[in-house]
Amino acid sequence: MNIIVCIKQVPAKDAPLQIAGNWIREADIGFEMNEPDSFALEEALRLKEKHGGEVVALSMGPDRVKQTIKEALAKGADRGIHVADDKFFALDPLGSARALAAAIQKEKADLVLTGLQSDDHGFGQTGVLLAGLLNLPHATIIMQIDVQDGKMKLKRELEAGWFQWMECPLPAVLSIQSGINKVRYATLKGIMAAKKKEIAVISRDSLGASGKPTQLIERIYVPQKAKKTEFLTGTPKEAAAKLVEKLKFEARVL
Amino acid sequence: MKILVVTEQRQAKWNKASFETLAAAQQIAAETKGTLAAAVIGKGVAALADELAGKKLDEVLLVEHDLLDAYTADGFTQALAQVITSAKPDLVLFPHTYQVRDFAPQLAASLNRGMIGDCVGYRCENGRLVFVRQMFQGKTAADVTFQGAAPWFASFQSGAFRADLVAPHASGKASVSKPSVDLKPEQIRTRPLELFREAKQAVDLTQAPIIVAIGRGIKAPENIPLAEKLAKAIGGEIAASRPICDEGWLPMDRQIGSSGQTVAPKLYLALGISGAIQHVVGMKGSRTVVAVNKDQNAPIFEIADYAIVGDIFEIMPALTEQLEKAKSS
Repeated sequence: MNIIVCIKQVPAKDAPLQIAGNWIREADIGFEMNEPDSFALEEALRLKEKHGGEVVALSMGPDRVKQTIKEALAKGADRGIHVADDKFFALDPLGSARALAAAIQKEKADLVLTGLQSDDHGFGQTGVLLAGLLNLPHATIIMQIDVQDGKMKLKRELEAGWFQWMECPLPAVLSIQSGINKVRYATLKGIMAAKKKEIAVISRDSLGASGKPTQLIERIYVPQKAKKTEFLTGTPKEAAAKLVEKLKFEARVL
Repeated sequence: MKILVVTEQRQAKWNKASFETLAAAQQIAAETKGTLAAAVIGKGVAALADELAGKKLDEVLLVEHDLLDAYTADGFTQALAQVITSAKPDLVLFPHTYQVRDFAPQLAASLNRGMIGDCVGYRCENGRLVFVRQMFQGKTAADVTFQGAAPWFASFQSGAFRADLVAPHASGKASVSKPSVDLKPEQIRTRPLELFREAKQAVDLTQAPIIVAIGRGIKAPENIPLAEKLAKAIGGEIAASRPICDEGWLPMDRQIGSSGQTVAPKLYLALGISGAIQHVVGMKGSRTVVAVNKDQNAPIFEIADYAIVGDIFEIMPALTEQLEKAKSS
């Protein structure tokens, strides 16, 4: 089973964000593998261990994303594809998906996996758009994948505690729910092995997959605090008594 | 501006986020002096269409087909593409549900359009719509506008608008039309199977008026009864942030946040929850938020109406006692 995992590199969780127009200042901050995508990678590695085949880590962005591809290779992916684009941050979801779809089309994949959404833009559209562009069936928010007889039985998470089983033929595109598995760490052996693995570089321009943007982020900003917070003080008993008063007579929610 | 809201139902029960989006759409229609239609999709859902017709809108589209009985991405994408092509709305609005995430971006792309998903608000600036969505997990907001020609597609985050503000129809009922859709079984590539809930006592926290939520500050599963006692005294449901459910201390269906349920109760008590954005997106629509945390710099205090800086193991029993006292007096 040949699996392509789409992995985004995003600013590190604890990175201090400095807004610059419609993006952030990238200098001086760290970047890391988008956490939701790490669950997709782990799922791909587990499927490969069970069914054979190869796992390809696909990432788009400037040169720094190679580091994230290397991390995927160290965890067990067989090779990487880097779609090079210094202005990746400025693409709309459809623009990103068009480029990724063009890169995927050059491969022979049985399965394309994405994470749920990215921790930076958070569009959460890539998998669904890829399926449309590649004319493949898809499913999202997946909590379990069972491959049998050339098709998949999938457990899909719905809202309010509901789940649903579904059947999906292969090839297909799946967006993986965070928490589906426990993500592995790269071993020293894996890190050494990754050094010999191939990362193919394709420029986004050469894919000829550009289109007009459908949406534009005009600016980003720190949201205004909407609420006034009242701090209740005193001993635990006093604070609790004040709170019950407030909830009863001021907020009127009791 | 011609606006179409795509509502959501499952087994003839509303996803109530539909009405939040309808409230937003009524506002946008009023501000742009536009018209508003709402679509309900499925099979045997005429009663829901009739209910919608009682709301302030110009038309209800009842989109029914045997192949739309259970949701499939292929079925919904193709049916709605046909409906949109014939109804020609300028703006198509959805509630940002798991189901919408599953098909709406592809629906927009199939018409060579984009979708601005998960919006928390909008502004109408001289007839131009600016959508506000969060980025960097809520650390920043972004103003986003559509480029190119209509139709434009957008979805609103759960809790961004108030469902109880949906205006009723001024003079009786809106007309219900039934656009025909052409679907064939072979166009639907996935097969939906049974729906199920994992936990025995699965709870729909979105319906709870009061929620008592615990976070990492609860420290150990043996301490949970303290929170449960408090929940009982205040008449609320117990809930938690993701780490508590990942540890298995509470079942997954008690989880609030981006990967759990999104709730907007009238009262939300956050106990020992730091307020990571993954949690906050799931509860920020709550009418009144109470936060109790040891760390006075915890981000949860940013969105709290009432705050107590203190030890939850002291505050929880004290609060339980005060509530019981208030009840008996």
